[in-house]
Amino acid sequence: MSGGAAPTTRERFGFAALGVCAGLLVLLVVALVGYVVSGGWHVLSWQFLTQPPTNGMRDGGIWPAIFGTIVLMALTSLSATPLGVACAIYLVEYAREGWFVRLIRLSIRNLSGVPSVVYGLFGVGLFVNGLGFGPSLLASGLTLGLLTLPWTITASEEALRRVPRSYRDGALALGATPWEAIWTNVLPAALPGVLTGIILGLARAAGETAPILFTGVTFSRPDMPASLLDTYMALPYHLYILSTQHQDIVAVRPVAFATATVLLGLVLLVNGSAAIVRARVRARQLE
Amino acid sequence: MEAGLPAVQPVATPATERAAGLTGGGARRLRETAIRTLFTLSAVIAVLILVGIFGVLFVQARDAFTGVEGVAQSTITPEQRTLFTDAEFAALPLTPPAPPSLFGDFLGSTIWNPTGNTALYGVGAMVVSTLLVTLSALALAAPLGIAVAAWLAYVARPRAREIIKPVIEVLAAIPSVVIGFIGIVVLGPWIARVAGVNSGLTAANGALLLAVMALPTIVSITEDALTAVPRDYVQASLALGADRWQTLVRVVLPAASSGVIAALMLGMGRAIGETMTVLMACGNATAMPGSLFDPVRTLTATIAIELGETEVGSRHFHALFAVGLVLFCLTFAVNVVSDVYIHRSSRGRA
Repeated sequence: MSGGAAPTTRERFGFAALGVCAGLLVLLVVALVGYVVSGGWHVLSWQFLTQPPTNGMRDGGIWPAIFGTIVLMALTSLSATPLGVACAIYLVEYAREGWFVRLIRLSIRNLSGVPSVVYGLFGVGLFVNGLGFGPSLLASGLTLGLLTLPWTITASEEALRRVPRSYRDGALALGATPWEAIWTNVLPAALPGVLTGIILGLARAAGETAPILFTGVTFSRPDMPASLLDTYMALPYHLYILSTQHQDIVAVRPVAFATATVLLGLVLLVNGSAAIVRARVRARQLE
Repeated sequence: MEAGLPAVQPVATPATERAAGLTGGGARRLRETAIRTLFTLSAVIAVLILVGIFGVLFVQARDAFTGVEGVAQSTITPEQRTLFTDAEFAALPLTPPAPPSLFGDFLGSTIWNPTGNTALYGVGAMVVSTLLVTLSALALAAPLGIAVAAWLAYVARPRAREIIKPVIEVLAAIPSVVIGFIGIVVLGPWIARVAGVNSGLTAANGALLLAVMALPTIVSITEDALTAVPRDYVQASLALGADRWQTLVRVVLPAASSGVIAALMLGMGRAIGETMTVLMACGNATAMPGSLFDPVRTLTATIAIELGETEVGSRHFHALFAVGLVLFCLTFAVNVVSDVYIHRSSRGRA
């Protein structure tokens, strides 16, 4: 909307008000992040990141929680990626429109709207009790894998659709089968986009608390988890307990701030790397 | 992370279909069929997961309304009888309490007290609390979200957009447990001071935080809806002498209303299902709330608090799955409505 008559007073005031709203939103986010970081910054140290907690969480570090969250992220993407990418390949490369594809799309959209705590219930019913994994890293990782699945599918689907039709046709004209065309031409071209989706799923897995509450996370354990069937500590749950359930909430408040800072830093770091991958792809496509 | 899953239009691939028939070689063709089947199956799994979630919730929830639980004179065997003194035995009820009924005792009652002497499983107060917090959050987030989306779509210069878009992505990325933490350490004390209540951990606290959390969804989907309004509408309005503000308010927003409604519904779906924020910020009282400044406990918070403390297989355990089923149905309904509006907005333009 450009050019034309000079702006009226009403227009100037109205648009200025919208601008103020946008400014408010920016201020809000800066204040949120700034408050958490300024409260936790001075507690952060190398020891805090690499040592286990001591003295009832008042001293020491949060390494076991960081470790648990990282393992959980790995399990989440290991379980969600193959299925998610395969589903996206079906939808883009093989499926023909019809009731079946509509049903699949409807399911994926609804899966993305299922509350995370309901995924937690499902994890308890299926992985913890049904399949007998017990409360464990494995049960939590699979639960989070299901949670991130719709996002992985959608991101992969968009990446595959951005690959030009000629990439497929070229391979097919040379005698490749559909799968050979996908494997040698389509997937490599779509890889950065697929990767972005996977990384965003990782960020989501790192921050989720409700799905792991009953599927294996624990507030404190003396040693590191030795196998995938062990319980574990995780950053978001650690923050939850430190700020609501600890017997001396005031004393551990600085540790809670620092844990929140580490969690926020981790999530923003992972999100940022997704943004960098995306920006690189866009830049390359423009060349 | 983009808020909401956009509907993607498929690329028809008749060329790949034809080529499959053209390329010879039995083993090769067999491999193609196997691979194709594998991919089809993986897509079927997406459907199965949704059905499975409903199925697990349903099967587990059903047992809350059947069977016998609790010690009573009629359930005690002669061997067990020796463990009780006569006085203890006489104090037991004659028969165990009847299981709660779905419509009367579960959906139709507002008192939730599964660990009381007489266990009560009324879900009413939780549903009201959930709606109170969610609708208040929506009322706060809708004007701000639509305003920011309108600014992004119609006013902002590209440079300004490049600043504000990542900021919104950062907001969408902040884990809910961190938002809940803010509710405890900042917003709660502030509300307590301003409203003059003892504790700031109230419905109002959760509503404010959920409003902030719903903003990214509302802004991004509303912006998409606004930018999708054909330029002809705008040009026609300007040509008739309307200024750009009138054009935005009287032409563009009404034309995009389906998309805006879809955005609000999606934001609401997120808010209903949000757990950690309301768990930490709302005070968790099971009573029916009288105002926004009462502590409340939502459906999600109830599951989060109690599931860890119940014995697997007990009626209480199954009742929490029933709460989950109510939550599932609520969000499912909201998402379906939003889906209908998204389709309406894209069809109106085609």
